[in-house]
Amino acid sequence: MTTLLDPTNELQVATRPRVERPAVIEGMTVGLLDITKPRGNVFLDRLQELLEERGLRVRRYAKPTFTKPAPADLRHQISQECQLVIEALAD
Amino acid sequence: MPDLAPPPEAALPDGIVAVVKRACPTCELVEGVLGQLDTAGVGLAVYTQDDPTFPVGVSDRRNDTELVVSWHHDIDTVPTLLRVVDGVVTERLEGWSRMQWEAFTGVDDLGPGLPEWRPGCGSLSVDPVLGPKLAVKFSGSVLQARRVELATLEDEMEAMFERGWSDGLPLVPPTEERVLAMLAGTDRAPDEIVAVVPPQLTPCTVEKVAINAVMAGCRPEYLPVVLALVEAGCTDTFNIHGLLCTTYFSGPVIVVNGPIVKAIGMTSGHNCLGQGNRANASIGRAFQLVIRNVGGGRPGRDGIDRAAFGSPGKLTFCFAENEDDSPWEPLCADAGFPAGTNTVSMFAGHGPSAVVDQLARTPDVLIDAFVRKVASNFDPKFFARRLDNLMLVIGPEHARVFADGGWDKWRIRAELNERLFASVGRTAPEPRWDSPAIVFAGGDAGLFSALIEGWVSGPTGSQMICHALR
Repeated sequence: MTTLLDPTNELQVATRPRVERPAVIEGMTVGLLDITKPRGNVFLDRLQELLEERGLRVRRYAKPTFTKPAPADLRHQISQECQLVIEALAD
Repeated sequence: MPDLAPPPEAALPDGIVAVVKRACPTCELVEGVLGQLDTAGVGLAVYTQDDPTFPVGVSDRRNDTELVVSWHHDIDTVPTLLRVVDGVVTERLEGWSRMQWEAFTGVDDLGPGLPEWRPGCGSLSVDPVLGPKLAVKFSGSVLQARRVELATLEDEMEAMFERGWSDGLPLVPPTEERVLAMLAGTDRAPDEIVAVVPPQLTPCTVEKVAINAVMAGCRPEYLPVVLALVEAGCTDTFNIHGLLCTTYFSGPVIVVNGPIVKAIGMTSGHNCLGQGNRANASIGRAFQLVIRNVGGGRPGRDGIDRAAFGSPGKLTFCFAENEDDSPWEPLCADAGFPAGTNTVSMFAGHGPSAVVDQLARTPDVLIDAFVRKVASNFDPKFFARRLDNLMLVIGPEHARVFADGGWDKWRIRAELNERLFASVGRTAPEPRWDSPAIVFAGGDAGLFSALIEGWVSGPTGSQMICHALR
């Protein structure tokens, strides 16, 4: 591994630490993000059933197209409405 | 670069200290001598760099395989004898010399049967491979820049491009080893603020300049020039902010004067405005990388460099004046510094454009080639006030014609101003040292000179600045 010294004014973060996994998920709202690849909704439908059986609130979201990153507004909306998010990547 | 205070484990005991390594034949030769000194009770402590069991026959033998003591006490050679009084080294002796060792220790008849004299070997602490690593280990904490760790599978060159650090060409990876080596090029502290760099008005430390100088390909001895450029370029006078933002072509054009030109191997001769000289190329590039990375000044959609075309010189445009062969005083003297001062001069410009006259044999005829050239490059409305947005790099063969005819730089300026302004029916202003700036450089064959056009001059644009190196 190589370590370099940052030549910039360091106003932008180089890396962001991951959020800790929650110890308890009861009472949380889970966002299910469909990237709109075919049949991703089948996987997310089943997840929704399982999560709701445990008493969790579920909200569904979808990207306009899987070819581009999720729009900033959508990302912001999810961050405001949910504590957890699961993204379906599969075809 | 100032040294850090040594750590407690580098403290030496009072008395006589020897630093040795088994891999050194001279150290092996004096193994018995060290035993003699120990027996004589001179208060001897021996630090050993490689084999902790060496030398035998010494009661106070200490392990310096981490090289903490050797590095902090600047041990170049083994064996080295140090005299330590109140924790301070007051005297040192390198290699083996019976006479000198006896004088140093006050013990007679040392090493019977040994040769009178043997040179020592290189200390492990200055080993070409280990040395830079030890510098990082023991003085790396002076570096305050954020560490960017690249993944094992990441390509260093690609990673630097991806992070937006590059001007479009490959960079030298700024590792701690390289940046510490670069900082050896100055005695200024790494955390000293050099300038506040536009456009984001970021305070820039010596360390940040050094990091960008490494990336640009500079050697440590170029660093004082780069530091001077950052100081001069970030003044209100030179106005790098406006020069960066403009839709116009220009960028910083740099001329270096003084003995440092030869000391660091810059060129003022053949192809001096072109490719191929490391110092010329990397110094100009380093300044622009500081503006890009520390100042945040970038072209394109996410930057404020809004040049419609730009010019190739915005990568680097840096050369030296040929003071030795010039018939005139150097540029720095025009600006008020004594000839022989190490200076950087900065001009907001682009080019060059060729001034060609291979027929003129008198100054009176030759100057008209310059007048025609300037007139064709400058719309009259742009030279309505004065020619301070113009630099002339006069080549040796043209300079010879002027000098043989008795013209100095002030005569050239005066004639150029008068003839040019007369051609548009105006009165010429009083010429100043920078209107136009005149530099003597270029190859000694070719009846050419170079015209470097400037950006907006005066207090609302960029004024040429000449700044002495510290």
